Amino acid sequence: MEFPQELYYTETHEWLRVKDGEVEVGITSYAQEQLRDVVFVELPRIGKKVKAKQPCAVIESVKAAFDIYAPLSGDILSINKELEGQPELINKDPYGRGWMFTIKIENSGELQNLLNAQAYASKIKEAH
Amino acid sequence: MNYVPHTAQEKEQMLREIGMESLEALFSVIPEQLRKATIRLPEALSEAELISLCKELSKRNSHLNEYNSFLGAGAYDHFIPSIVGTLSSRGEFLTSYTPYQAEASQGTLQALYEFQTLICELAGLDVANASMYDGATALAEAALLAIRHTERNKVLISSTVHPEYRAVLATYLAQIEASLVEVRMAEGITDASALKDLVDEGVAAIIFQQPNFLGYLEEADAFSATAHEKGALVIACVNPISLGILSPPGDYGVDIAVGEAQPLGNPLWYGGPHVGFFAVKKELMRKLPGRLVGATTDLEGRRAFVLTLQAREQHIRRQRATSNICTNQNLLALRATIYLCALGKEGLKELAELNLQKSHYAIDMICKVKGFSTPFKRPFFNEFVIQLPSGLTPEGLNKRLYKRGIVGGLPLKSFYPELKDAMLFCVTENKTRAQTDSLVSVLKEISKGKSPKATEKMIKS
Amino acid sequence: MSQQEKLIFEISSSGRRGVSLPPLDVPRKPLEEMIPTKFQRKTPPRLPEVSELDVVRHFTRLSQLNYSVDTHFYPLGSCTMKYNPRVHEEVAGLEGFSRLHPYQPPEQTQGMLELLYHFSELVKEICGMPEFSLQPAAGAHGELLGMMLVRAYHRKRGETGRKKIIIPDSAHGTNPASAALSGFEVIEVKSDSHGLVDLEDLRRTMSPEIAGMMITNPNTLGLFEKDIVTICNILHEAGGLVYCDGANMNALLGRVKPGAMGIDLLHLNLHKTFTGPHGGGGPGSGPLGVSEPLRPFLPVPRVKKEGDTYIWDYNYPETIGRIKAFYGHIGVIIKAYAYILSLGTEGLMKVSEAAVLNANFLRKKLSNFYDLPYPEVCMHEFVLSGRRQKKQGVTTLDIAKRLLDYDFYAPTIYFPLIVEEALMIEPTETESKQTLEAFAEALIKIAKEAESAPDRVKGAPFDTPVRRLDEVKAAREPNLHWNFP
Repeated sequence: MEFPQELYYTETHEWLRVKDGEVEVGITSYAQEQLRDVVFVELPRIGKKVKAKQPCAVIESVKAAFDIYAPLSGDILSINKELEGQPELINKDPYGRGWMFTIKIENSGELQNLLNAQAYASKIKEAH
Repeated sequence: MNYVPHTAQEKEQMLREIGMESLEALFSVIPEQLRKATIRLPEALSEAELISLCKELSKRNSHLNEYNSFLGAGAYDHFIPSIVGTLSSRGEFLTSYTPYQAEASQGTLQALYEFQTLICELAGLDVANASMYDGATALAEAALLAIRHTERNKVLISSTVHPEYRAVLATYLAQIEASLVEVRMAEGITDASALKDLVDEGVAAIIFQQPNFLGYLEEADAFSATAHEKGALVIACVNPISLGILSPPGDYGVDIAVGEAQPLGNPLWYGGPHVGFFAVKKELMRKLPGRLVGATTDLEGRRAFVLTLQAREQHIRRQRATSNICTNQNLLALRATIYLCALGKEGLKELAELNLQKSHYAIDMICKVKGFSTPFKRPFFNEFVIQLPSGLTPEGLNKRLYKRGIVGGLPLKSFYPELKDAMLFCVTENKTRAQTDSLVSVLKEISKGKSPKATEKMIKS
Repeated sequence: MSQQEKLIFEISSSGRRGVSLPPLDVPRKPLEEMIPTKFQRKTPPRLPEVSELDVVRHFTRLSQLNYSVDTHFYPLGSCTMKYNPRVHEEVAGLEGFSRLHPYQPPEQTQGMLELLYHFSELVKEICGMPEFSLQPAAGAHGELLGMMLVRAYHRKRGETGRKKIIIPDSAHGTNPASAALSGFEVIEVKSDSHGLVDLEDLRRTMSPEIAGMMITNPNTLGLFEKDIVTICNILHEAGGLVYCDGANMNALLGRVKPGAMGIDLLHLNLHKTFTGPHGGGGPGSGPLGVSEPLRPFLPVPRVKKEGDTYIWDYNYPETIGRIKAFYGHIGVIIKAYAYILSLGTEGLMKVSEAAVLNANFLRKKLSNFYDLPYPEVCMHEFVLSGRRQKKQGVTTLDIAKRLLDYDFYAPTIYFPLIVEEALMIEPTETESKQTLEAFAEALIKIAKEAESAPDRVKGAPFDTPVRRLDEVKAAREPNLHWNFP
């Protein structure tokens, strides 16, 4: 399974891509495989203030609904509107077109609480 | 009477296979002190005895095949074609359950898909669910949806909405500490200017009923502009039969239409079971409470139906579900579907017109009786308010009508203190002219003072 | 016979009429005189235009696409799909019941009120609860009412800080949903290795924030919570109340009065335990019984007997109000009433006896072929796990679908959530030994197929009106009504 080196990860299976004071957030290829066919994504409102580790979006498959947790605190800057019509992008391209939202970083210190690719990969191994 | 098929011998064989010595042993896991219950019930009845007991009880009720009733107010006596009962009582419909296994439940699923389509057509909205418990709970759930959707905590409701619906809503909203504000009535309909004053950015939804509880048509066009301007949703509670003639709520800006589908081929049954319907604009689809049926294809590419968007529901989302409702009111929704199909496009329009014509005949005739009048001169559908001559109370009138085989209208005083000598009458297509005439002739007798008491009082006034 | 039925809209033919309406026997007024044009709809709703025979044929054919108790064994766990006696339909349909208006004054409906009053007396006696409300429309509605009463009770005592409801991880999803709808926060307690509430875990959870607990007994694994009295004591000592979900009352009928367990609230599912037919998913009825301290808060109105007369009493100042228009699902209550009167105490005991006997008989027959995570003697239902078959590549969903080919409806699957690949089986008391044997044989055959011909199971069903459905497509591209051409 692929976990790009340049990304940060959470224990709840979100990934983060840091650029210019903001982070892009999505779910890992491991998570999307577990979920199977994503049928709907409920994204936060642009401008909404989110708190680290609080649920801020929902991904639905046919028989389940999964909370997506904000990996950092801050305002939602943008959301991936493409997911409205094509939720399957999360399955097809989890680290690319399957991104979900971006957050403006409030406290870059929070990044230190996150996992790197190796740490995340070994967490998953542990779970199996 | 008993429906257990086992013979004594079979029970023994089964116990032996399980490896148990006695039937009692199967319950030994239950603490003994709990198992000692003595339950005193009447002696079991045979089928024949049961039928005669129930008949005896039922005969002590004055039912509407024998009495000429003018009651409506949320429960309506409409003609039910024979096929509604015959078809819906087929065992395959009656004794199946929520269609979890779609491949073995296509009958129920397709009928519900047709129901959803019919409700969308009536309401002029994009999505309808597979039904709710009743009109009142549908209304309460609509308010909860609006609160979730807008993230606001206040709901405005017109006082011309059914009083029991308002009561149910109040109970539901009290749980989550949302506030409920009633908008006063002016001349039999919602006071539009009062409504306008009350709508602000904290309001999740405004709720009205069309035709309203008193039967009159609300000037609903203006409501949606008022509400939408402040970001509130508009919820309308509508009578499905009136929609054969009246504008569909979707046409005048309503976001959520709910109502009672009992009038569509379902018996009165002393108030229940009835069946609620729930339709919304597309944007609210994923926030709907209750079951939804969708069309899809099977492995071989054939059209087929299945419960869908289930991630909203309690069995998946548990405490974060859009509602705790588990099923729909399936058999009654099925009856409504059969009823609407049997009526057809022309039939529903004709039916709505019959209600209009007959109720207007009734009000004209009643108001010709000296002392009887209507306080509100407004367009109405099949219900209207009648003010009694002074000296005559609604309860007193009803007692006298009852002696003549008539169940009179609903006294309004307990719901609207300001309408203390007024009654709500309902006349559907099921009422013959002769039945209305017979009501009118008794009213005439009373008005002419065949009862000395009433005459005396009328002279005084 | 073709297994596909067109939509009724697809057989519509412009101008065709179905049933006839009563005649217009009053002078006709112009429409505009009654309803100003601005209120009138511009285009009529596109209802189908079909003949009466079209309607009859359409819905008859649709009905034939369903499995039902009348046609098939329906071992749906926790749903109690027992035989629905037809005499109940007859008595509930009597014109003296079905043709009554809810606003007729009590003097016109004494027979009806007596029935409701008497019904309350009967369920009070069966359950050992001091009072019942007949208003709840279904089990979930009873739960919601129960939570509202718990809230009212604590508020009355000034304990508004009690905001948490404890719910076992094996509970039905409605339990947490009902608690949340009444403004409570849900705390989950774990089941122990025997599938019962973990008492230690429960004790640890107690705090002044606990409003109560919702428990199902027998629980959803089909096991009796033998420590129920202790559980109630733990809650009561902490100032909380105990709500019992009565979905599984079939196991206890006539032998255990739930009230004696120490619970404070209990709903009944009349459509399950007391045979109101399920109707494809409603109408149900979920009367709620309560203990003495909760009585003041019950909804209004309540049936009351004054001398020889029955009335509706609205005079309860502490009531939470109404949860439904009118009085409840009377049509369903009449059927439950008829059932109780037909059976009597002895009959009810035979129900629970046969329900438990049947479940254990099946459990035993299947225990060599499927994993049984909780091998104890069960009550009216039991839960198998398909994990052994899953290793062979066959899931519980596949097994369920394959059962349809063998002419059986499927058990409840993937519930309770604490059992991997769960198959929850409730045979009910009205099924014969022969039916149970045939069902066991089918499940055993499927277990063998899972080994020898897994594709046969994974491809199932083959013989149903349609094959397996594309549920992903249904959810991704919702098509929720017919799109008129």
